[in-house]
Amino acid sequence: MIPRNARFWTGAAAVIVLAVIVSLSRANEYFFFAGFVVLQSVVLATAWNILGGYAGYVNFGTAAFFGIGAYMAVVVINATGAPLAVQILAGAAVSGLLGLGTGLLTMRLRGIFFSIATVAIIFIAETLITNWRYVGGATGIQLLRPPLMEPFGSYTRMLFVVMAVLAVIAVSIARYIETSWIGRGLQAIRDTEEAAECSGVPTLKLKLFACTVSGALMGAAGAPLPMYLSFLEPASSFSLNYSVAALAGAIIGGTSHWLGPVIGAILLASVQQIVTVTIPGEINVLVVGVLLVVFVVAAPDGVLGLLRKLRGKLRRPRAPAESPS
Amino acid sequence: MSGPLLRVEGVTKYFGGFTALAGVSLDIAQGERFGLIGPNGSGKTTLINCISGSLRNDGGSIAFDGKEISGLPAYRRTRLGIARSFQIPRPFGSMSVLENLQVPLEYVVHRGALHTADTRGEAMQILETMGLADKAATPANGLTQVQLRKLELARAMASRPRLLISDEAMAGLSSSEVEEVIAILGRLNDTGIAIIMIEHIMRAVMRFSQRVICLDAGNIICEGPPEAIVKDSMVQKAYLGA
Repeated sequence: MIPRNARFWTGAAAVIVLAVIVSLSRANEYFFFAGFVVLQSVVLATAWNILGGYAGYVNFGTAAFFGIGAYMAVVVINATGAPLAVQILAGAAVSGLLGLGTGLLTMRLRGIFFSIATVAIIFIAETLITNWRYVGGATGIQLLRPPLMEPFGSYTRMLFVVMAVLAVIAVSIARYIETSWIGRGLQAIRDTEEAAECSGVPTLKLKLFACTVSGALMGAAGAPLPMYLSFLEPASSFSLNYSVAALAGAIIGGTSHWLGPVIGAILLASVQQIVTVTIPGEINVLVVGVLLVVFVVAAPDGVLGLLRKLRGKLRRPRAPAESPS
Repeated sequence: MSGPLLRVEGVTKYFGGFTALAGVSLDIAQGERFGLIGPNGSGKTTLINCISGSLRNDGGSIAFDGKEISGLPAYRRTRLGIARSFQIPRPFGSMSVLENLQVPLEYVVHRGALHTADTRGEAMQILETMGLADKAATPANGLTQVQLRKLELARAMASRPRLLISDEAMAGLSSSEVEEVIAILGRLNDTGIAIIMIEHIMRAVMRFSQRVICLDAGNIICEGPPEAIVKDSMVQKAYLGA
């Protein structure tokens, strides 16, 4: 049997190669436009899951980290005109710091109080950006896309590949955390924080680490947004929809395994894209809510939980499946 | 080392206007079997929360192995060698029994050198001494009460402590189960671990302990060998109100 690690990295490489091949094909431009959004939601759901799924701290502030990532890219473009890679790194760095700061301020709060505090971060961030003229303020900012990079046929196609790479990076980081001692510590925190601390787990440090990594990945996901839209304004960049979609993607897919948010986000974002182009209006937002409710009630362990149950039924006499790693 | 393993001096703890601990002092020697008794609300659990770091004491000092620890977070104290079990079992419910033990093994014993460690094998050994080996793969929230109590002790043991605080590990167990837990604690003590036993089951405390302290309303009202404690009028008053 091929070792798990080799299988994972082969799969990861295959995803990137596939993304490049497709982007060089004659596929319809809309595919990349939608595909970018789907991959972006994979990054967001995966990032959310590091804190929300592994450690059990439900974060509603995804939109803040995402929006700050996007606006950091604008700052970099305005100030230096540096290329996309620099914009992404800047977005990740600032959102990571924001995550660390949020953690320092809120990590003494548990459960619902933590979640409420994270909502406040969105409003603080949005208000700050709305009043900052340098990045366009409330009216937003128009951006010119730089000249095309070879061999990509359009800017959207290139961004699609960039987002595919970001998704692979995010999932790799999440998987590393999950399967290492860090993941076991976070799981212990989720189960019972006091016992975790008394078992030697430095709970505050681990939570701050999870906040930082989660925030940084959300910021990285936001950084390509200005170039994708060639326009950025605060209200839609800090939309609560990002928060809900990230959380919903992780919960629908299953939070206990890195694959969960990937499956959930792809499922959710694809359905949303299909609904957006087939049914007019805001039905696509409703889809998120309905799917989330259905899964929370009927399949609290998400798609992965359903699959596990199904597999258990198929080979019944066997002992309970080993924990995935 | 000739000094006491644990030295608690004048420790106070207030919850608002309520005095939970009014200046408690005690010493525990290496390898000692120590009983802590007292009526409900007398401050037993508050005291061990202050020792283990789940709570910070408001005044006084707590020294472990000669080193002041009252400012340290709980995880650092566990790493120094203080382990505890919880009165109401707090297993890592989403993990298997074996994985529960891997947490302290990874975070205390083999911290920084995980590549060379066989934490599964070590966890299995501890489970065997606790009589939980056949439950290794069972999810922790699928255990019975007595198994949960054993898991609490097993997880505490996995951090290789020098002082084990057992907070009512026997409450609600049948008499044969109580015997089982006493036997386990006795075997742990044989390996040199000092044990603080907090218990309401007098039979168990009196048989197990070399020395007993009785707390009442945050004060030590009596200290001595178990035979003296049961005869003490203050203790009888605290328990029976007579």
